Amino acid sequence: MSVMKRVSLIFKAKANKALDKYEDPRETLDYSYQRQLEMLTQVRRGVADVATSRKRVELQMNTLTQSQNKLETQAKQALGAGREDLAREALTRKQGVQNQLNDLQTQYHSLQADEEKLTMASQRLQSKVEAFRTQKETIKATYTAAEAQSRIGEAVSGISEEMGDVGMAVQRAQDKTAQMQARAGAIDELMASGALDDVTGTAPRDDIQAELDQMGGGHDVDLELARLKGELSGAEAPREIAGSAGGAVSPAQQAAEPVDQPQAGDGS
Amino acid sequence: MIVRILGEGQLEVDDAASDELNALDARLEAAVNADDEQAFRSALDALLGRIRSLGAPLPVDALEPSALILPDAEATMDSVRELLNGEGLIPG
Repeated sequence: MSVMKRVSLIFKAKANKALDKYEDPRETLDYSYQRQLEMLTQVRRGVADVATSRKRVELQMNTLTQSQNKLETQAKQALGAGREDLAREALTRKQGVQNQLNDLQTQYHSLQADEEKLTMASQRLQSKVEAFRTQKETIKATYTAAEAQSRIGEAVSGISEEMGDVGMAVQRAQDKTAQMQARAGAIDELMASGALDDVTGTAPRDDIQAELDQMGGGHDVDLELARLKGELSGAEAPREIAGSAGGAVSPAQQAAEPVDQPQAGDGS
Repeated sequence: MIVRILGEGQLEVDDAASDELNALDARLEAAVNADDEQAFRSALDALLGRIRSLGAPLPVDALEPSALILPDAEATMDSVRELLNGEGLIPG
């Protein structure tokens, strides 16, 4: 049998089950309406789940973009300091971050599409639920039992088909969202544990930064050293005068002088 | 007749198109039976495309069962097979 017909038969079987559930078809209307309201809630929850998941991916993308910028800055600093090896390392990591970012981007677009589809499905279902509520009252009030029965059959089949359709969409979106949440959670955990610091550069201990800081620090030490040497060579003359003047020099200064003087001599 | 494309909604299609749609549907079925993913994809695209171009969307508040129901455009062959076999797949 054809695909189109088989699928529609499966949907009809589902609707008939709902119709057979109660002896009084009017009860089926009320039961069905209850199910519709539940389904609407479920669809809205589905939309909210997808939105949450999308936002989480968005946050991770922001974090990765930041660490990319940081690695870029580090690469520049390293190059400026003549450390091409370090710059290369930073750029390699930046590439790794880029790969992750690409992956997240794909996820993000897919979630966005799901969110859009589910939002539309939920609007469609909502319109039908409203239509059903109106019809339900009309059917109950106006028609003879036989007529009511056939109209109930139509309305319930129609709505149950819609619910089946929307229900599958919600299920699919929820499965997919759960998978993505798991992956996003794994990235979060890796970041928190520090295992990803090499890639993201967001953890407090970042060896590229440490080396850059050390280089910067080393530079500062050199400057400091030069400054001190300058001071010392400037101070040499007065100290010699003070030394030759005798009496005023404390024993501590006298003890220090033999050490200081050769150092000052080396520097000049 | 009313045709539903899963995930998209319902369309009203002239009964005169029946034969053409059935022929396209037969191609889809053959592809599923032959486990031919490529043929499946092109048959599904052709069928959905034809229905979209022939049909007029039903008003959103219409409550009518469809004569024919079709998988959504992104459906895989496996998901269609599940749909054809499965009771559990359709909630509601």
